[in-house]
Amino acid sequence: MGAGKALIGADKIQRRPIYFDLHDKGVGQERMAAQVDGAMATVTVEGLQALLQAIQARGYRAFGPTLQNQAIVYDDIDSIDDLPRGWTDEQDGGRYRLLRRADEALFGYSVGPQSWKKYLHAPKLRLWTAERHGEDVSVAPEASPSDRLAFIGVRACEIRAIEIQDRALVGDLYVDPHYKALRERALIVAVNCGQAGNTCFCASMHAGPQAKQGFDIALTELLDGGEHVFLVEAASDEGRALLAQIPHRAASNREIETAEAVIERTASSMGRKMRSDDLNELLMSNLEHPRWDEVATRCLTCANCTMVCPTCFCTSVEDVSDLAGERAERWRRWDSCFTMDFSYIHGGSVRASAKSRYRQWMTHKLATWIDQFGSSGCVGCGRCITWCPVGIDITEEVRAIRGCDASAEEPR
Amino acid sequence: MDRARPKLAVWKFASCDGCQLSLLDCEDELLAIAGEVEIAYFLEATRATVEGPYDLSLVEGSVTTAHDAARIQDIRKQSRFLVTIGACATSGGVQALRNFADVREYAAIVYARPDYIQTLATSTAIAEHVKVDFELRGCPISTRQLVEVISAFLAGRKPQTPPHSVCVECKIAGNLCVMVGHGTPCLGPVTHAGCGAICPSYNRGCYGCYGPMETPNAPSLSAWLSKLGMDEDALKRVYRTFNANAEAFRKESERHDR
Repeated sequence: MGAGKALIGADKIQRRPIYFDLHDKGVGQERMAAQVDGAMATVTVEGLQALLQAIQARGYRAFGPTLQNQAIVYDDIDSIDDLPRGWTDEQDGGRYRLLRRADEALFGYSVGPQSWKKYLHAPKLRLWTAERHGEDVSVAPEASPSDRLAFIGVRACEIRAIEIQDRALVGDLYVDPHYKALRERALIVAVNCGQAGNTCFCASMHAGPQAKQGFDIALTELLDGGEHVFLVEAASDEGRALLAQIPHRAASNREIETAEAVIERTASSMGRKMRSDDLNELLMSNLEHPRWDEVATRCLTCANCTMVCPTCFCTSVEDVSDLAGERAERWRRWDSCFTMDFSYIHGGSVRASAKSRYRQWMTHKLATWIDQFGSSGCVGCGRCITWCPVGIDITEEVRAIRGCDASAEEPR
Repeated sequence: MDRARPKLAVWKFASCDGCQLSLLDCEDELLAIAGEVEIAYFLEATRATVEGPYDLSLVEGSVTTAHDAARIQDIRKQSRFLVTIGACATSGGVQALRNFADVREYAAIVYARPDYIQTLATSTAIAEHVKVDFELRGCPISTRQLVEVISAFLAGRKPQTPPHSVCVECKIAGNLCVMVGHGTPCLGPVTHAGCGAICPSYNRGCYGCYGPMETPNAPSLSAWLSKLGMDEDALKRVYRTFNANAEAFRKESERHDR
């Protein structure tokens, strides 16, 4: 192990995500946000619109949840009228449906099909263009983006996922310049979840439902008691400057307590649970468990779970050339450990069976990720469960390997 | 142009001509293609032909007659590089439905004088008759992928035509999964990519035009489609379209053929 590390310059490897310090407010894992600085504010729905305008006025391009084609997906937002007001979702393995809520909540749903990685780690990216000029060839790398992106409505699990991608994409010897350029300019407005989805298990992964770090501003939507307001916590200089610009008042103790109760209620109503403290040992000591064969009979190897996973970061590169041989481009696109090409080496694919590919994905996500990056690769967002076309449930697979049923699962 | 251009031939077997039309549909690239290759044999475009041998043969259509079975042997001998284009040439096409039935019965129903019809009992892919260097999927093929295959041939590299599921294309395009999100039956998870996920982009389920993906698990998908309301007859038919004779689809349809 030592020799292997030395080859890649272990002394130069920065073990913590480089953006950790940017957003880390030193909040202990168990502390409630309400205790940070003791400075919580309350803003109205109109105040939230003012916040969005202030963000846009600072040159950010704002993205947030929008209602499109019977799903809640992230897209450009101009005003808070673009948010899915009064909508919620119903999720289960292989199933997602929208429903009307009885109230006018702006963030009254759990995470949808897409994660923020579609912006920070684009599905397709041209890396360089080469052109032939007679006997000479010129190569022009793709310029790093200069956009300032503001993400509105980022859930705690997604912040955790972004931190995990930070570790993989900029936290080591090889830095992805495109990701880095977007990431270091990005503004994050978090939303603490007011309800847990049926496939959510962030509490099990200690990734939510409350955003404890990694944001500029965090909101908790309060709808109880007839008024519709947001408890606001500003955690960075940018966040505090924005808050100062918009109409707000000091939060009352009752509002702070209500927000704590909302988060506690969400944490205790997770649709899924997964004991996570021993997964590395559990999975790595069960690499020949018969459950891998069983799940392989259901797994489609379609790669959906990896595409929707907010931490999966694998890509492939494809070179394209024109007919005349005058111009070539190299493109990077999302790839998946579920494809045969992913493990193709001379002579064939290393992981030819569905069993080996599902096992590779799950053991990496939950076990070897810890050895590689120092944390689990799973944030408990539940997307791989909901968006698996045949509803394969990672929490159920872990339980099967553990050899116990749902009722025997330890509480989170 | 003083350098020798590779000679291109386009051949038709049992097919609808749609894949050959995809070559004519290249429009903007067509002149560039004509600049890089000598279009030596392409009856759909011109009756003027140049004799073989040919550097690149594009073969459309399936083998359904004894004459075709002999002709493809001759074409193979004349071709340095042979590429099949489309579902017919690659898996037998929709006309391979005859493989599940008695072709004499079909002929009796369709033709006034079935005794004039000389045909084989089956429709088969070109690769069942001769060595094929590359198979381009689709019904019809994508012009983008056809240009890619020709460009790759000219550059001496492997074409970029990933064999994974259509789902990857959907996700890269940002499409909502119509099966999970709408409950619409979709063959995307077992279907070879290449079309750019056209049908799901318009909220339709995938029809499987590109045939089976690299490692299809059709029985698992069928179990889920059954939960979405498809009965055994519907499951049999959903795999019996343009790639009915592709092995994974054929086996799965037969499993639901009681």
